[in-house]
Amino acid sequence: MSIFDLTIAQASAKLAAKEISAVELTTAYNDAVAALNPRLNAYITTTPELALEQAQAADARIAAGDATALTGIPIAMKDLFCTEGVRTTAASKILEPFIPPYESTVSAKLKAAGAVTLGKANLDEFAMGSSNITSGYGPVENPWKRAEDPDAKLVPGGSSGGSASAVAARIALAATGTDTGGSIRQPAAFTGLAGIKPTYGRCSRFGIVAFASSLDQAGPMARNTEDCAILLNAMSGFDEKDSTSAQREVPDFTKALNRGVKGLKIGIPAEYRLEGTNPEILALWDKGIEWLKAQGAEIVEISLPHTKYGLAVYYIVAPAEASSNLARYDGVRFGKRVDGVDLIDMYERTRAAGFGPEVKRRIMIGTYVLSHGYYDAYYLKAQKVRNLILRDFTQAFEKVDAILTPTAPSAAFGLGEKMDDPVTMYLNDVFTVPASLAGVPAMSVPAGLNAEGLPLGLQVIGKHFDEETVFAVSAAIENAAGFSALPELRAK
Amino acid sequence: MSLDAATVRRIARLARIRVDDTEVETLKSELNAILGYVEQLGEVNVDGVEPLSGGAQMALRSREDFVTDGEIAEKVLANAPDREQNFFAVPKVVE
Repeated sequence: MSIFDLTIAQASAKLAAKEISAVELTTAYNDAVAALNPRLNAYITTTPELALEQAQAADARIAAGDATALTGIPIAMKDLFCTEGVRTTAASKILEPFIPPYESTVSAKLKAAGAVTLGKANLDEFAMGSSNITSGYGPVENPWKRAEDPDAKLVPGGSSGGSASAVAARIALAATGTDTGGSIRQPAAFTGLAGIKPTYGRCSRFGIVAFASSLDQAGPMARNTEDCAILLNAMSGFDEKDSTSAQREVPDFTKALNRGVKGLKIGIPAEYRLEGTNPEILALWDKGIEWLKAQGAEIVEISLPHTKYGLAVYYIVAPAEASSNLARYDGVRFGKRVDGVDLIDMYERTRAAGFGPEVKRRIMIGTYVLSHGYYDAYYLKAQKVRNLILRDFTQAFEKVDAILTPTAPSAAFGLGEKMDDPVTMYLNDVFTVPASLAGVPAMSVPAGLNAEGLPLGLQVIGKHFDEETVFAVSAAIENAAGFSALPELRAK
Repeated sequence: MSLDAATVRRIARLARIRVDDTEVETLKSELNAILGYVEQLGEVNVDGVEPLSGGAQMALRSREDFVTDGEIAEKVLANAPDREQNFFAVPKVVE
């Protein structure tokens, strides 16, 4: 067994038993990063020396008997989390020179738990994308390949594509992600990983470069549901620096993993059987239903009637918030500046040079839907339909404990595909966006391979602040699926 | 409702993004594709429905108004593209 085969739980046990040291584990991962990252481009910035220092501190802590489940565990940090003294780009050229003078709450919590950070993971620029191709630092390669066409480069999904690729290729033991409309769940599905977007408010947004503040949530991406639960335990909790942080107790999510699904009511929303959805995806969904039924769950047909409007709401609300959030990149206080003849010209040149095409499109859409004369027709209307989508979930959760759907409408696609127009790319998020709009927790769990040998995921959606049931149902699917496939391209 | 080139230029101006003439046509068709897609919300009846602004299932909290931070000018200015003493420097605004 290779050191790279260890999950967080297994590595933590070996660290505690002194069978391996944190320095050994981190050195192995540092070497794997150095070997594979030039090809995968999963990290924008690597910090091997810093990782080694953290590993030494972790070993001291383990020796002192003061370790947590994450002490000495090497992870990738999505480059959307501000890290004090380590460049944070949000994958945008406009933040190329930015070295945060402070630490995000989530990354600080992981540091405090003793986790080792290998580097800052690539992503779509400002987390806007579903393929990682909008990154200002180049696209990320998915380590998974089509069996019939192993030379074709596939995308890892997005926006947390670097995190996904790094964990799948085993150049990180786990990673942080953020999810605004599916940015943890869709890349997890594309790379055979588990990933959870917790309830809005569960993890602090402080220090996460803001995209759409009413939707952004941090969450873990890892090899299995147990590792996700261990990470989420450390990442969650009230933070007075985030006005929407939930003042709630954080349960031990690992305790929910073995609850089973006996007696749980699982909702199957009719509206997710979209016309034209890949039959393999639908077949896998049916399998998931059978797995849960076989373990004692009761399957309930439900309706989420406003599902089809989710994407349209999202592509008004998210750009509107983005246009406001990204107004801060003006070349004055931090980030890149391009000089102009006057102040306005400087702003315009700075933003034209610093933002990529997708970010510009979204800022402009957001500017338009918030502008005088259009606000009611677009933004206010979208907010009202958003309420109807929340109501759909609220009503469904009066009847069921969790909802099962596919995570994404397809497996990983090729680099350069789905580029015909922006809307084609947006359709990737059709199954993930509704849970984001409602603020409910949702997890993607790997459930099988398609005919091309690519991983597919199922999504479990839960009630607000009931991640425990989400973990219980996801673990039940994980156990039944027995997903053990690995990409050939990985650290061994 | 479809955007024309003049409107695309006006939005770019409002968004403080410089757009060259060669980019306007591409942006116009891309933005119109997105706006065309979201038009479907027109068919939803939202009579009597309150707008939902956030994902948080709670009211925002307030706190006492007192200073919690400060005296870190060097940290604040450390990333400034241009500075003069303890100020951010910008091109001349007032003649």
